[in-house]
Order: sequence, then structure tokens, then C-alpha cells
Amino acid sequence: MTKLRATTFLIAATLAAPLAAQQEGGRLDIVVQPEPPGLMLGLVQNGPTQLVAGDIYESLLRYNSDLEPQPSLAESWEISDDGLTYTFHLHEGVKWHDGEPFTAADVVFSADVFLRETHARLRASLTYVESITAPDDTTVVFQLKEPFGPFINAFEAGTMPIVPKHIYEGTDYATNEMNATPIGTGPFKFDEWVKGSYIHLVKNEDYYLDGKPYLDEVFYRVIPDAAARAVAFETGEVDVLPGGSVENWDVPRLTEMDGVCSTGAGWEFFAPLSWMWMNNREGPTSDVRFRQAVMYAMDRNFVKDVVWNGFGKVATGPVASSTNFYSDDVTQYDYNPEKAEELLAEMGYDGEAVRILPLPYGETWQRWAEAVRQNLSEVGINAEIDSTDVAGWNEKTSQWDYDLAFTYLYQYGDPALGVSRNYVASQISKGSPWNNVEGYENPELDEKWAAAASMVTPEERAVAYAEIQKEIVDDVPVAWLQELEFPTIYRCDVQDLVTTAIGINDGLRDAWVEE
Amino acid sequence: MSILTTILSRAFKAFVTLLAIAVLNFCLLHAAPGDPAVVLAGEAGAADEQMIEQLRERFGLDQPFHVQLGKYVGSVLTLDLGYSFRQGAPVAQLIAERLPATLLLTLTAFVISLVLGIAFGVAASARVGKASDSLLTTLALLFYATPLYWAALMAVLVFSVWLGWLPGFGYETVGAGYTGFARAFDIAKHLVLPALTLGLFFMAVYMRMTRASMLEVSQLDFVKTAKAKGLSGPAIRRRHILRNAILPVVTLAGLQAGQLVGGAVLTETVFAWPGIGRLMFESLAARDYNTILGVFLVSAAMVILFNIVTDIVYRLVDPRIGAKA
Repeated sequence: MTKLRATTFLIAATLAAPLAAQQEGGRLDIVVQPEPPGLMLGLVQNGPTQLVAGDIYESLLRYNSDLEPQPSLAESWEISDDGLTYTFHLHEGVKWHDGEPFTAADVVFSADVFLRETHARLRASLTYVESITAPDDTTVVFQLKEPFGPFINAFEAGTMPIVPKHIYEGTDYATNEMNATPIGTGPFKFDEWVKGSYIHLVKNEDYYLDGKPYLDEVFYRVIPDAAARAVAFETGEVDVLPGGSVENWDVPRLTEMDGVCSTGAGWEFFAPLSWMWMNNREGPTSDVRFRQAVMYAMDRNFVKDVVWNGFGKVATGPVASSTNFYSDDVTQYDYNPEKAEELLAEMGYDGEAVRILPLPYGETWQRWAEAVRQNLSEVGINAEIDSTDVAGWNEKTSQWDYDLAFTYLYQYGDPALGVSRNYVASQISKGSPWNNVEGYENPELDEKWAAAASMVTPEERAVAYAEIQKEIVDDVPVAWLQELEFPTIYRCDVQDLVTTAIGINDGLRDAWVEE
Repeated sequence: MSILTTILSRAFKAFVTLLAIAVLNFCLLHAAPGDPAVVLAGEAGAADEQMIEQLRERFGLDQPFHVQLGKYVGSVLTLDLGYSFRQGAPVAQLIAERLPATLLLTLTAFVISLVLGIAFGVAASARVGKASDSLLTTLALLFYATPLYWAALMAVLVFSVWLGWLPGFGYETVGAGYTGFARAFDIAKHLVLPALTLGLFFMAVYMRMTRASMLEVSQLDFVKTAKAKGLSGPAIRRRHILRNAILPVVTLAGLQAGQLVGGAVLTETVFAWPGIGRLMFESLAARDYNTILGVFLVSAAMVILFNIVTDIVYRLVDPRIGAKA
């Protein structure tokens, strides 16, 4: 099968274009794993959905790898000095895929009506918003009640996907028939979804940026077995393996092939950080000395090198080092089994069994749990592994039925969006695995988190967050493990694949194939 | 009892069995930890109480258990498989989309295993004790003992990665735009590895069973009579021995046929074959209750249907069955 057929535009060569001239045409085959439950990004916010729907839907902004905002549907924007008024100027001449014009009214409908009802994460940020208005067709104003530093990070495609008002207004969003054939403003249009096989997107010929996108079509391929996905890449069936789509031990073999490139970029915004929740409410894990002992007992460098094949970075605390406001001025928990034993002796640990709940996301996580269990046993902690499937994991963690539970969470570019929710007391609520599941309560720190979120300048916030990190790392509410890295593997003739802080999830607007 | 009354009485029993299976499935599924709302909330990477409540209400999970069960049984009785909220489509449609691929795979495997299994079994029994018999029985033992997923992965490695003869996965070449005969040929190429992998195990079973049964029947008196009449070896084997030896094979084939819908989860997963087995497995992981119950019900109906078909085939193969009853 011939792939990556790209037709060269001769005109491009005659112009003394800066850098390499992008070539038009061609097709990309990308693995999507697992198959998304739906493609309507305003309704479903899981990873696979955004991977595909990031081509179809857009938001007002994109973010570069330093997390600085870049234009998307908004051409330019201003934030008032008091941090309360955010004004966005939209691109003119933008059309929905069905030909209807896109206006500021769509933005107001999406943020103020649709997503308020369907999008839990955005809803939390919108509590700071007083009003969302459209003074004219290309201007949108967000008026805040009080300053909220991270608000500028809320305009990412998965956080605030702009949905068409003319299709959804006044309907039952969840059962709207158009969910099966999503309509967005993005560079690619939905064409066909053969369930269990592939999703086909085609170029949006009317896209508002001249000349973009470059590719003719994209196939998102559903291949349920990890080994088969690796084979699909080896045999040339697919061109791109998004982060996490093959097992770690297959990565070196694939990246050593001729003409294969890989990058760890494209995760700066999400900055996935893994840890073990330690149940702060009961059992040995309610004792801070036990929690510190767990930190000292774990050989986290070994896990990084062996279980993760060297990908990633050992975490020092709750904030990922690739995001803003990270501070390394905290207590370091190096591998120190003697110290762990001392702490256990000091608290009089009596050998009470603790259950480790692995994350049921494949072999890597199972092995990780085994490595931790081994480490804990070595210092005398009686640990056993309590495995379950994804639904069982969700149930157990959200009902607090665990002692130590593996997890990882996206940080969404700012501690106030993705970090504090795991540590403040107001986020203790049964039923969700994405809040303060460990049950950590520290009223003093709660106030500091809140204050840091509503400071106006980044400099003030940096000082506040450094202080929080220093304090919380001594309390060890959870056992921080590792900043995860999921390399994207692709054929080197694919250019400009990862150009933003969320990588391929931002769509293939800029991607092209070199002949 | 005539065939008609047999079928009627069996159909009634089948109906009762099916209903019992439906109730049992429902109870078992709800006993598993987690529900679709929790899974969806988990995948979203953020959730609050409002979201979980909304989802539960939409899925009808806020109702008491007996009300949910009653509703489910009611919809089963009206042949309504319900709606998959996760996938945003009626369950009947989801199953119908996947059914052709699964039936193509499992029926091909069924035919391959039955035809080759019986043929090899007859051949081996005719040459009992000779080298060719030993070779066939050894191979059968090997296929019988090999785990399916391992055989599948090795087949992909050899025929797809190393030799490049056959596509390693998928249902057809994506985006090739083939139609008519070219498309059929393309699908056939994709079908070879999964169908063979799936068929090998049952082929081995049929072969061993046919061989053993043939050898047993060939010791019986009527075979000596046939020999005494002067019939040729092949004629005796075909008309006298095989006809009598085939019944246990029919029984097993009935069992395999019952798995035509739901029995290929592993094969479908390794070969990325877009069938029902994968739909079932993925729905189970997501606790997509309506979809799993729908697939279970259709699978159970198939098992029952093929049990009845097996009984009818018994009568055709051996007219003595049913004549006395």
C-alpha cells in the first residue's frame, strides 16, 4: 500500500520562502487508543476523544511549549490591568463545517450555556466569571468577579471547545443526533466512522487560515492490542503513534528503525504527574511518619529506568517541573530504606496490612505496583496488591476504599487548575476520582492555595506557590512518584506534527508530509 | 414426536431459559463494582457531583434496583435492546454494525475447522499407526495445546512482518476505496490469518474426535458384514463408518456454532477485527450496561438456537433418533 503520497506544489519552490516550504496533500494514519466513546468534544472530554476531535473543534487560544497563549479562533486579546476583564477579538470569515458563519454568539453560547451544563472542569473555572458577553460579532468579553490567575489557560480546545449554537441551542445536548456527525470550525471535517476500525477526517477546504491545513485526509485507526499497534507502525500501516499507544519496552525498538523520529514534546500543558494516594483518614497511612517512610522506601529512579525505560522524571512534589510555578526548594525524598525503617520504628508500625491499588492501564502500571510492593516489603511494610479493572478502580478510589492507590493527573498548565484540587479540603467529596481522594486537610494551606489563585501578577503567585510546595512536601499527603513522559513516535517525513503544548491533541492544522 | 412439536416445545423452553439468562446477566452485571457514570466521570479527567448525578439520572441508575430490572425485562420482552448512552446509539444498531464482521470470521473458521478436521480425522484413521497418522495426530495435539493469542501473534509475526504475504490486522485496507470483487478479495486476504488462528483449535478437536470415533465404529460387526459383502474400503468408510462416527462431532460442532457470535474476543482483539467480541469486551470495561446485556442476550439466543439446530441435524444424520421418542 502506498502511503504518504504528497503532491508537490511547484509554486512553492519558485518563491524564496522562509524555511522549508510546506507541501500540500498526503494522508496520515494515526493510532487512536482506545476507541473514543464519541467525538462531540463538548460532551466527552477523555483523551482519545480529544485526539480526534481536536482536528474538528477549536477554542479561542492555543499554547506554545512555554505555555504562552497563541491565536486560534481569537486573533488577539487583552486582559485589563486589574485582571478582571478578558477581551477576545475573533477571526473574521470563519465558517462552521456546514457553511454557517461562526460568530461571537457561538462563543457565548458555548461557554455560558452549553459547557456550563456539560463540562465539570470548566464549570469550576466559570465560578469566577460574572458575565460573558458579545458586544459585536467578532468580540467576546469575559468579566470576572475576582482575579483568577490561571483563567488565561482556560481557552484550550479540550477545556473550552467552541460548539455551534445553531445546532445545539434548545436541544437535549446528550441525545442530539448531530453528535454522530460533529460540526466544528477546525482544519478537518468529519467524514466517516466505521466503529471498531477507523475514523476518517477530510481537509476543510474553507479553513480560515490561508493554505492550511496541508494534509488531504487523516485516518484515526483503532487497533485494540498494544503489540498489534507496534506491528502496525513497523509494517507502515500507521505513521504516528501518539504518546502511550505502545508499551514502553517497544519504544526503543521502534525508534531505532530507519526514518523514525520521536519527541517527548506536546505534553507541557497536561504535564501528567503520577502519585499514590495514601488514605489520610485511617490505618497506618493516616500517620505522617508512615507516609514519609513510604517515600524513603521507594527506589523511584529504578522504576523510572526499568519500568519506564528511562522516560520521565522523578517528581519532587505536587507541581510538575515543566509547568509554571514549579519550585525545587523542598525536602528531597531520596531512596533511603534505613530512614524508612527508622520512621516506622518510631511510629510503632505493627505490621498492619496495606492494600496497593494499581492503575489498570496496562502492563507498565502493573509492574510499577509490583516494584513498589517489593520496596515496601523490604522495609517491613506488609503490602499486598489489590487489582481490579478500570471501572473497579474508579469505584474504589472515589469511594475511598483503598490504602495506597496509583493515579496520575493532568495539571492543565496551572496549579490552580490541575494541582490544588487534589489537596484542598473543599475538594473532599465522595464519588469522583479527580479530587482530594486522600482526604488531606490543612486549613492553613487551603487559604494559601486560594490566595495564590487570585493574585494578579505571576511574580506574586510564584512566591506563594513556592511556599505551598515547601510546606506540603513535608506533610506527604500523597506519595509523589514521577512526571510521566509519553513519547510521540512518527515517521520523520511528517513535519510540524507537534507544535503546541498539547501536541497532536491540538489537531493537525500545521502538519505536512515531506515527499 | 414430530420435528414440528419438538421445535415448538424446544422453542418454549428456549424462551424461558433466555429470560432467566437475561435476569441473571442483569443481576451479575450490577453486582460488579463501578457503573457507567463513574467510568465516564473518570475518563473526563474531572468530575463534580452535579456531573455524576446528571449521568446517573440519564442512565436511569438513580432508580431503585427492582425498578431498573423490571424495566429491563419489559424491554427484552418487547425485543427492545435499549440505548447505549456511552456510544450515543441504539444497542441493536451497534450490534448490527458489528455482526457481519464477526459472522464472516467465525463462520469461515467454523467451516475450515469442520471440513479439514473431519477430512484429516478420516485420513488419519485410515492410516492408523503409520507415519502419516502420527504426523497428523501430533500436529493436532500441537494446535490443540497452543494458546490462541500466542498462535495469533506468531502468525502475524511470520506471515505479516517477516514474509509480508498477508495483512496482519484489520478488516480491509483502510481508505483504498475498493469496490465489488476487488473489495471482496481485499477482505478475504485480511480474513486468512484470523480465521485460521480461530479455526485451528477446533480443527484439532474435530480431527481427534473423528479419528477416535472412526476407529471405534470400524470394530463393530456391521462393518465386518460390509467387508464380507465385498464393499471397497473407501465406500465402507464413507457410507458405514463415517455416518455412524459423526454424531459426537455434530455435538461439538453445535457447541462451537453457539460461540459464533461471542466467542472470538481474543482473535478479534489481536487482529483488530471490528466484531462483536470486541464490542462486548470494551462495553464491559466501560460498564456500558445496555450494550453488554444486548450482546449477552444475542449470544445466548445463538447458543440456544444452535442447540436446537444440532438436535435436528442429529435426526438427519441418524434417523433412529426421535423415531422411538
